[in-house]
Amino acid sequence: MHEMSLCEGVLQILQTEAKKQGFKRVKTVWLEIGELSSVEPEAMRFSFDVVMKNTLADAAQLKIIHKPGEAWCTQCSKTVNVKQRYDECPDCGNYQLQITGGDEMKIKELEVE
Amino acid sequence: MCTVCGCGEGESRIEGEHAHHHHGHDHAHAHMHEHADSHHYGHGPAHAHAPGMNQSHMVQIEQDILSKNDEYARANRQAFAENGILTLNLVSSPGSGKTSLLTRTLQDLGDEIPMAVIEGDQETSRDADRIRETGVRAVQINTGKGCHLDAHQVGHAVDHLELARGSVLMIENVGNLVCPAAFDLGEAAKVAILSVTEGEDKPIKYPDMFHAADILLLNKIDLLPYLDFDVAQCIDYARRINPGIQIFKVSAKTGEGMQDWYRWIETALESRLLGHTLQAADAPAANTVTG
Repeated sequence: MHEMSLCEGVLQILQTEAKKQGFKRVKTVWLEIGELSSVEPEAMRFSFDVVMKNTLADAAQLKIIHKPGEAWCTQCSKTVNVKQRYDECPDCGNYQLQITGGDEMKIKELEVE
Repeated sequence: MCTVCGCGEGESRIEGEHAHHHHGHDHAHAHMHEHADSHHYGHGPAHAHAPGMNQSHMVQIEQDILSKNDEYARANRQAFAENGILTLNLVSSPGSGKTSLLTRTLQDLGDEIPMAVIEGDQETSRDADRIRETGVRAVQINTGKGCHLDAHQVGHAVDHLELARGSVLMIENVGNLVCPAAFDLGEAAKVAILSVTEGEDKPIKYPDMFHAADILLLNKIDLLPYLDFDVAQCIDYARRINPGIQIFKVSAKTGEGMQDWYRWIETALESRLLGHTLQAADAPAANTVTG
């Protein structure tokens, strides 16, 4: 699982931003995680606590904003919701869907002091 | 631990390099901080924060978690393009015959095309040793606890290879169908290898990888007579995940189907160099790949 590496990536960004924006402590981190990103939110929560220990974000809260999977169905010419990459169109059964949303993996916002 | 891209290099080692490399060189930081200064209040967890009431405040940063890796990948990709190098990222589960397929490719194409290899494994340099037996230059990266290669490690490994213009660089990623999907290395194409001993539903069980791949090599087809593997079903699953994926049926053991794969490499390299001659006239060639 690469959630540990992802959390280390988050920590690096926090440290860079802390220097740049002059905050000392991070209390809450909002992550935007798409349903189709290869991130398991539970594994992310677990890794987050471990990685943030003894850093500027020690004991910080992790809030995950879920983004639903969205795809464009070429046959229906509209956006449909999908749960997985290989889902068929819920309306017409077509597999030729283009993923248009839900693969986000982003730090959205921080509560700092 | 590397303080620049944070992809878990703390445990990783590149052959011939000190474990704790330092970053004296310049890194391009191309990401934007549009909201860097837009502190706003009253939008806190309980919507209860008011200026002056509490020391804590909100900052919006809107940064992709993988932005550091992506910066390195961009730098690698640019250097590969400028130097006329075709880079392929080989991904698969352990035991798909990735190293055998690679050594066969090196043996069969090595005389006409200059090639080099970056090997990624958690531990040992056994695979790099196997590659070097074919006379091809190889650098081993041991990722330690890491489950994938990242663009930063690859940038450093490239420094050890002195790649000539018109080379093909093969990166054999850590055997894992999950994590390497998310980490761009700056390659021209991701090549997924799936062996027919694994089960035809792998593409839908590991959709992220098959979605990210440009090429699928269906390996060990010499074993098909002894297995229940449904080739058509497997191809159908792969195309559901990734309609544009290009599929080659090969056997690294008997050589069956390998010619098509070689033709693909030759053509891809040729077209890379066509673009390169145009670019080289206007832009000074970069000497090394930034890491």
